[in-house]
Amino acid sequence: MSEILNDETKKVLVEPLVTNNPITLQVLGICSALAVTSQMSTSLIMALALTLVTACSSAAISAIRNHIPSSIRIIVQMTIIASLVIVVDQLLKAFAYDVSKQLSVFVGLIITNCIVMGRAEAYAMKNPPLESFMDGIGNGAGYSLILITVAFFRETLGSGKLLGIEVFKLTKDGGWYDPNGLMLLPPSAFFIIGLIIWGVRQWKPNQREAVEFKIMPIAHGEGGHH
Amino acid sequence: MPNCQHLEKVCSKLEQYEQYRKFKAYCLKILALGNDSLEKTIAIAVALCLVCAVLVSLAAVALKPLQVSNKELDMKTNILDVAGLLEANSDVEKVFATQIEAKLVDLDTGEYVEGDANAYDQRKAAKDPAQSVAIPKEKDIAHIRVKAKLAKVYLVKDGNAIKSIILPINGYGLWSTLYGFLALDADGQTVQSINFYDQAETPGLGGEVVNPKWRALWKGKKVYAESDQPSLEKGLIDEADKGEPALSLIKGTVDTSKPGSQYQVDGLAGASLTSTGVTNLVRYWMSKEGFATYLTKVRVTEKKS
Repeated sequence: MSEILNDETKKVLVEPLVTNNPITLQVLGICSALAVTSQMSTSLIMALALTLVTACSSAAISAIRNHIPSSIRIIVQMTIIASLVIVVDQLLKAFAYDVSKQLSVFVGLIITNCIVMGRAEAYAMKNPPLESFMDGIGNGAGYSLILITVAFFRETLGSGKLLGIEVFKLTKDGGWYDPNGLMLLPPSAFFIIGLIIWGVRQWKPNQREAVEFKIMPIAHGEGGHH
Repeated sequence: MPNCQHLEKVCSKLEQYEQYRKFKAYCLKILALGNDSLEKTIAIAVALCLVCAVLVSLAAVALKPLQVSNKELDMKTNILDVAGLLEANSDVEKVFATQIEAKLVDLDTGEYVEGDANAYDQRKAAKDPAQSVAIPKEKDIAHIRVKAKLAKVYLVKDGNAIKSIILPINGYGLWSTLYGFLALDADGQTVQSINFYDQAETPGLGGEVVNPKWRALWKGKKVYAESDQPSLEKGLIDEADKGEPALSLIKGTVDTSKPGSQYQVDGLAGASLTSTGVTNLVRYWMSKEGFATYLTKVRVTEKKS
């Protein structure tokens, strides 16, 4: 094990969890984070599928990185990622039919998930396969962490359940909790992810982005109607 | 590592063939080229596509039987569910084979049609111009545009008498086309159950069409108006003449003390458009465009027997 877990692989495994999280710091993969997080079960499968695809595609791309012609490198990466995603989709349809029905198009959309491409381009093209694989696992885990957190709030507050098991008894079933319908709609994930990003950057101020430009006060004579 | 040795053996055998040696030499030559040379770019692209294509086709072909059986089992589970025959731990295949009878119905004439009902796929047929008809716009309240000429209905029988008639229904909700089954008593009038097996409405709002509690509200409701049903103030779509499909979803909760409540089901909270869609698709498939002719004939034959 000590061979596999050297300093570099440890770093790429742990860093994406908080310090270099793909969603909160790199702001990648937001689209699917909005789409699948209304239920915990779909989020878990999505997280697993994405982690698997990122790790395997990073490893595969890294293995042939020295022979990828730079003019077609994005297409080469896409082909590898797309093939892996199709294989994952087929596996889900064969072995987890119910889940694949719920995830429907979102598995296919892993192909366009920015995290997979982002890691291939930023890490796998420059590093050996093992490290790239671990980097994929690490970033997948960072993505999963946010996905699971968002899904936790959306499912409990939106439908009073967690993994389909009742947590709050709903008013329509004679309980006390009136579910928040907004939590079931995609925009609510924006609010939750926004709050998470705010929280993380409050905790680790070095993640705050520098102000790129300052809006000038209106100069004399420019202010429009007088 | 035994694998490597095995591989070496294969390689040394391959070395005997001239084509292999040429191929190997070509590969090495390509790999030694600069990454930006045209020849290498094309060679890498072709090789990558080949490898990926083989991988994808292998997965698709090898897993196909499993996927098909999953799909069939899922469909049978849905049919048993709507028929009220689904019990935990029961063997779906066996119950389906012994209790359910699939039949083909010509929607125009309402007569049964000879043919292999089990192999017939109504959703596929609806997409095939030869087996389907376009629905005139003014009649297309379910927004499905085409329907198959033949419908596949399922009967649950007790001896010779029909216990339930299971009809396939589909129509547009808010985001998606909902596909489902409606189970009726032998009178072709009283609802036993409804089950949507394929839909992509908003989870928690329109997606509640799959909620067992909501589905249970349908039991005992009547499809066709037994007298003229005037429009009620709170309803989404209520008006129906005698003999027309009157069943509809209303806003809020059904007041059972009011007349006409047997034709009403609670609407889905926060999902007016899905509710309207469900009302429309039920009314469409219960009208003469759908199963009305067939159901009339069933009622006659059931009375005789």
